[in-house]
Amino acid sequence: MTARLLTRRNVPYFLVLPALLGFVCFKAYPILAAAYISLTTGAGAARSFAGLDNYVRLVNDPLFWTSLGNTALILVVQVPIMLILALLLALGLNSKLVRLRALWRLGVFMPSLTGLVAYGVMFSVILSKDSGLLNWLLGLFGVSPIDWLGSPFWARIAIVIALTWHYCGYNAVIYLAGLQSIAKELYEAAMVDGAGAVRRFWSITVPQLRPILLLTIVLSAIGTLQLFDEPFVLTGGGPDNSTLTISLYLYQNGFRYFDFGYASAIAYALTLIVAGFGLVQLKLTGGRK
Amino acid sequence: MKGWLLTFALAACFALCVGPFYWLTMAATHANADIFGATPTFSPGDQLGANTAKLEESIGLLHVLGNTLLVATVQTSIALVVALLAGYAFAKFEFRGRNAFFVLLLSTLVIPGGVTIIPIFEMMNDLGLIDTFPALILPNLTVPFGIFLIRQSLQAVPDELLDAARVDGAGELRVLWRVVVPVMRPALAALAVFLFLGAWNDFLWPLIALRTPEMFTLPVALATLQGLARTDFGQVMVGTAISALPMMILFLILQKQFISGLLAGATKG
Repeated sequence: MTARLLTRRNVPYFLVLPALLGFVCFKAYPILAAAYISLTTGAGAARSFAGLDNYVRLVNDPLFWTSLGNTALILVVQVPIMLILALLLALGLNSKLVRLRALWRLGVFMPSLTGLVAYGVMFSVILSKDSGLLNWLLGLFGVSPIDWLGSPFWARIAIVIALTWHYCGYNAVIYLAGLQSIAKELYEAAMVDGAGAVRRFWSITVPQLRPILLLTIVLSAIGTLQLFDEPFVLTGGGPDNSTLTISLYLYQNGFRYFDFGYASAIAYALTLIVAGFGLVQLKLTGGRK
Repeated sequence: MKGWLLTFALAACFALCVGPFYWLTMAATHANADIFGATPTFSPGDQLGANTAKLEESIGLLHVLGNTLLVATVQTSIALVVALLAGYAFAKFEFRGRNAFFVLLLSTLVIPGGVTIIPIFEMMNDLGLIDTFPALILPNLTVPFGIFLIRQSLQAVPDELLDAARVDGAGELRVLWRVVVPVMRPALAALAVFLFLGAWNDFLWPLIALRTPEMFTLPVALATLQGLARTDFGQVMVGTAISALPMMILFLILQKQFISGLLAGATKG
């Protein structure tokens, strides 16, 4: 038999080569290059090394702290609301008493498929003060029109609502899969022992779901720390910077003011915060992966 | 009784999630004045043709759709092959640097997109690729999540299946094509939908990397339209519906594979 070019020993190197090339050119190199750019000012030929200037500027930049505060606020309010709703939704979708479960599951998953622009256009009209769908709906219950995107307080609420609409069903579907993998015998044994529904939920469902709950908490927290889409399309960070997030501030510095050095410094600060969250998660799960 | 209450509650959630899409579709068939009327547009109107014609005139709808389809199809196909090959190597072969590369690949998942976008922009600029389709496609061909997904599903495939083919004298490429690809069809379908969805909806990078309207993809064209044609939302709604609804339909067709694929990534992490 003729010698083959691909043998069992060398074949894995050929198999990973395309992925490796893409990784080196468009992940590893840019990540390192961004670290260097964050230590420079100017662009192109005018770029010069500036040491830690950008980071010093960052620490003294009130707008950066505003964006950090906004991001943290949205995170603390939105993630718990969304995940509790998602868990309730999953419990409902898992209940044998409910009819047409497949249809409801399909519907609540749909928002997570919507692209940024379509989502932004839809919500900017839905949230409009005088003729928006949401104010019309609230009007049916006697609520007077709310200026969703025009006041700092309501703009933040609008971001929370839009985010929850976007990702709640996605998390519910993940929880549902977790619920369905819990052994039925556990519930049957608990019923024999006379445990009520609430007791069964806290003593069986929650502990069994723990890994998935942790995973979704971490994914949602990391996602929200990087929050960009909603403020970008709905509020542009306003009014009065009330919805300016770290990622949006990064984008503004990079692609509105073309201050690549400063934008890269913000990007690295954000990476540090996200990595911090990752470490906390590793601690919480005892380093298991 | 309890069942009906629960069913009703879920139906309400369903309405909140799907309602906006229904409203969007209806709005696309109405003139601007009706969309911003006192009551939302819940029934079909007769302006769909007129709105679509206006949209074609202002952004070149067909041309832009062609661009989007072309970019999404090419990007999805190549990224799918890259992920299949790498995922296969990670799942079924021992090789030097395997674990290190895998960990590095996964760790990029927590790096914010904002970190890489500026160096990639400068790179594309230096290569003279700004305002071309390769600028859109090239950075998105190695998808860590996709490689992870393929590796996870392939680990469930018994080695004996592959070895049996090897004993029969099949070369490594033949094993891949004849044994691995057929058993991986559901996972590949899920990943294809996932990748296509990402490419179809991608906005920020195309916005930065494209300059001329002839090159625009649908989301970029829609965003510029929204800025320019503030006065006419009829056509904006048509464009938005065209951007959102095909993905819904694609998902409806492949939902089973898609959800199980996503869960394979989520629950085994």
